[in-house]
Formats: sequence, structure tokens, C-alpha cells
Amino acid sequence: MEQLELFLQTLIAGFMLGGLYALIGLGMALVMGVMRVINLAHGDFMMIAMYIAYWLFTLFDIDPYLSVFIAAPALFLFGLAIQKYLLTPVMKVESILPHNLVILTVGLAMVFSNLATVFFTGDYRSTPVSYASNAWYLTDFWSESPIELSLSMPWTLSFVLAVVITIGLWIFLTKTDMGKSIRATSQDVDAALLMGVNVNRVRMMTFGIGMILVAAAGCLFIPIYYLYPALGRQFTNVGFVITVIGGMGSTNGAVIGGLILGIFESMTATYIGMGWAPAGRFAIFVAALVFLPGGIASLIRKGRLGK
Amino acid sequence: MKKYLPHIIFAGLCVVPLMDLSSYIMHILILVLMWSVIGMAWNILGGYTGQVSFGHAAFFGFGAYTAGILYYHLGISAWWGIPACVVILTALSLVVGYICLRLRGAYFALATLALGEICRVTTENLVDFTQGNMGIMIRERTWVDKTWYFYIILFIAAGTFLLIKIVMESKLGYYFVAIREDQDAAESLGIDTTFYKTISLCLSGVLTGIAGAFFMNYMGYIDPGVVFPLYDISITTVMVVMVGGAATYWGPVVGAVIMVFLAEEIRSLPYIGAAHMTIFGVILILIILFVPNGLVGDYRRLLKPFKHKKEASS
Repeated sequence: MEQLELFLQTLIAGFMLGGLYALIGLGMALVMGVMRVINLAHGDFMMIAMYIAYWLFTLFDIDPYLSVFIAAPALFLFGLAIQKYLLTPVMKVESILPHNLVILTVGLAMVFSNLATVFFTGDYRSTPVSYASNAWYLTDFWSESPIELSLSMPWTLSFVLAVVITIGLWIFLTKTDMGKSIRATSQDVDAALLMGVNVNRVRMMTFGIGMILVAAAGCLFIPIYYLYPALGRQFTNVGFVITVIGGMGSTNGAVIGGLILGIFESMTATYIGMGWAPAGRFAIFVAALVFLPGGIASLIRKGRLGK
Repeated sequence: MKKYLPHIIFAGLCVVPLMDLSSYIMHILILVLMWSVIGMAWNILGGYTGQVSFGHAAFFGFGAYTAGILYYHLGISAWWGIPACVVILTALSLVVGYICLRLRGAYFALATLALGEICRVTTENLVDFTQGNMGIMIRERTWVDKTWYFYIILFIAAGTFLLIKIVMESKLGYYFVAIREDQDAAESLGIDTTFYKTISLCLSGVLTGIAGAFFMNYMGYIDPGVVFPLYDISITTVMVVMVGGAATYWGPVVGAVIMVFLAEEIRSLPYIGAAHMTIFGVILILIILFVPNGLVGDYRRLLKPFKHKKEASS
């Protein structure tokens, strides 16, 4: 019975972690789909959002969940500026190396994480919200329950908000004109251009939306996690692993990929050891490369075409 | 004159230890040569074959750990790591190549990025085998003086340069460039792109591993944070090549000279030293924006404003 309890608890924790990971992966997949660029500074943008949330909490006592509304627009504008003044000019530069843009994002990541260390020192920080240790227990609702499970309140809140944001993004992508243009551009740039889509504007918007998603993820992560300047790398890795599992640039794939990764990681942490959790992340990445290079998107496509 | 430039530089470097330079300057020169080897090795794969790797720290660290583990567990000289890592890194490269060189696009870049992290996490956790974060230390150094280390790395560097020159002037080199320029066209001409990309990766991996094994012998101490870091090794390798010029013979050497001196200078500055990553990042961004083919690759374009002032202004 205890084994089952442990397993279910791990599964729940993994599912919630996966929901948050999906948000990170979604931003990366969107940018990947439209710009054909893996944004290796993704996690560092998230780190910036987390510092915004942290300072808002420490200085003005603003709840991290509310700081989404400040961090997201801030990063949106920041993203637009980066896209306009750095990424777009580099797209036009002719060079021998094919991955110039990716290397550029690595340069950005270096600058961000180092500047954060210089300004905020390497200390680990967190936002001790008053409800941090609140939790719901299964026995509170069903007293004869044979097993005991618990749901941490901040984790649940973060997860629910992540789901809400994901649904919001889905509505945006399927119902609005801008969303449709983004999907069109990600399917075929030339065709989108011919259909009168302003591809440059779409690119800027996509990068901005990616930033909004990652800012939201940062604000949702900070009540349940801790913060330090080099944290970005870890979440960049999470992002690109999800992007590959999900299939390059597929948003549906990214959501499923995020959930898979979250559950897998929490399983490795419970059953193999905390130190191996990052290795588990890459094990699933390698497995995806070997067995399913097209990612989950290729499975979805197959199912739809009925082949 | 230009034809004999490598010979002249090699001869010049051979007499450097006779000049009785300070130990610090010798250290810098050894680092420059080591980084040129790593840069040239990366250049085979990234510059000529067009497969950008963000994880050369993995190959470097594998070489270093091969030497370290031979010393630590078998008790033989760590110099055996240099021949041993040829075998081990070929094997590693074949595995990596099999997994991700079949795929196109960003997969390879991501897979190598992940490879570096996998190596770091694994060495940190396999404490019995690799000593984890305690690292491996060679207690009895071969030489106290740096002269012989200098000659060894000089010969490795010269050998690497020669090998790359031979490879790039052979059929193999043309295949590599063909793959970089257009994979579909290369394939339609009958080039087995996956196979030749893997060969390129093997060459690159083995040479980087040799530099790593040398590093183990020279520094006498390694731990996962020293040999597997993303920015300090993998990205610095990319920068060495990008500053100097991808797909040029001299690019990585020029890049290594600039990067090592820059790193030493910036780190020794007060206050700014802590921000050396920011400065490197900004340099990387500026290079991508304005000198995308590096100093060697773009030197004609860079010299233009000085040579033909009238043309440039019109």
C-alpha cells in the first residue's frame, strides 16, 4: 500500500511539474516553429521574469501570481526589442555557419546569466508566500480512504494557472487572425507570405508571445522553486528536450511532451535518486532522437491521416 | 612566402622555450596552443562540415577523464590517455553520430548540447568510478618545468594543422564542404552524408579528446566542473572558431590567441573580472552581427575601408 501511495504521489507531482514544463516548452516550440530557431536563452528569459517576481514580492509585497501581469508585458516588450534589433538583423547576415541565430541566443544567455550574477549575486532566493506550506489531504475529503495523498497549495495553484494560460494560448492560436497567421507561418513561410501574411510582424509577435509564456512560467515557478542566476540553463534544457519530444515546433506536441517529461523526471527522482533527475531528462531526449525523431507531432499527424 | 608561413611559425615556436620566458607566459602559450587544437578540431565539424556542435566539452572531458581514470584506477602514466582516447572517442563519436547525424537541422546542435550535460551529470554521480565532484588529481607531475609540455602540445597542434590540411585537400574534405553547402545535392551526387558526417565527427572528437588528455597531464587536476562546463569550454570553443573564422586554416589559431589573451586580461581586471562572461557574450553577439565569418574569413572586407577609402565612401 505504501508503494502505491508513493507511486501515486510521484505521479501527481510529475503531472503538475509537467504542466509547468509544458508552458516553458510551448514558448520554445512556438518560436522554433515560426523562426526555425532554437532559443537557447529561453530559460534565461525565465530567470529574468523570476527576478522581477522576486523583487516585486520582496520590495512591494506583491504576490508572485499577480506579478504575472507585470512580468509578462515587460518581457513581451523586451522580446520585441531583442527580435527587432538583434534577431532580425542577424537573419540577413550571410555567413558560413548555419546556426548563427542559435549561437546568438547562446550569447544572450551568457550575458543575462552573468549580469544577474553581477547585480544580484549568486545567492539562492525564494519568495516565502504565506500559503507556501498549505496543502490538501485526501483524508480530509474521504476519511476512510486507504491511502493518503496530498496536494500542495502553491503547486496546485501554479498548475491550474498553467492550464488556464495554455487554454488561452490555444484559443488565441485557433480563433484569432494573428494566431492563424502564426500557425500558417510555422507551417510554410513562403505560402504564408503569398497569402498576405506579414511574416516579419508575425515573427515579432511570436517571439513576444514566447516571452509572455516563459514569463508566466517564471512567475508560476517562483513560489514553488528557488532562484539563482544560473538557473536559466536548466530550464533551457527542459525547453529544448520538450521541443524535441514534442516534434520541432509543434504546440500540441509540446504540451504532451511537457507532461511526459515532468512525470518521467519525478519518477527518476523518486526511484533512482535526486542527482539523476537531469540525466533522466536527457535519457528521454536520446530515446526520442533514436526511436521517434519526428516527435509526438509525427504520431499525431499519423493518427489524423490514418496511415 | 605565404606557402611557408606554417613552417616559419612552427620553427619560431620551437625556439620559444629557449628564450627563458617566465612560467606565466609559457602557461599562456600552452593554453593558446591547446585552444588552437580544440578550435581546429571543432572547425572540421562545424566549419567545414557545417554541423555546429555545442558540446565539445563532452569530447574534451572524455579525453581528460580517460587519462585521469587510467592513472587513477590502473596506476599507469596519464600520458597513455592520449593513445587510449583515440579509441574511446572514436567509439563515443560513432554512437553520437549514429544517434543524431541521421537527422538534419538543429537536432545535432541540441544533441551535442545535451551530451555535454549528460557527461557532467554522469561523472558527478558515478562517484566510485570518477570520484564525482572531488575530481581526479595526479600526484606526481611528469615535469615541473613547462618546456616539455610546451613541445608536446606544439607537436599536437602542428600535427592537427597538418592533418586538417591533408584531409581538406583530399576527396574527404570536398565531401565535407559539399555536405555543408547542400546536403540534398551532396546526397544526389552519391555522397553518403550520414557516413561522412560521422567521419568528420570522429576526427573532431578524437582531436578534441587528445587536447583533453593533454589538459589532464598538464593541469594535473580535473573535476566535472572544470572539463564539462557549457560556457567555459563548449561555447568558448565555438567562440575561438567564430572570432578567428570558420572554415579557414588559420582561423582557430588566430581565435585561440585572441580568446586566451582576452580571457586572461579581462579576468585579471578589478571589478570587471566578475563580468567576463558578459563581455564574452557581447563579443560573440557583435561578431555574429558584424564579422560573421571571423577575422580571417572577413579580413579582406575588414581591410577594405583602409585600402580603398574612396570606394568605401561611394
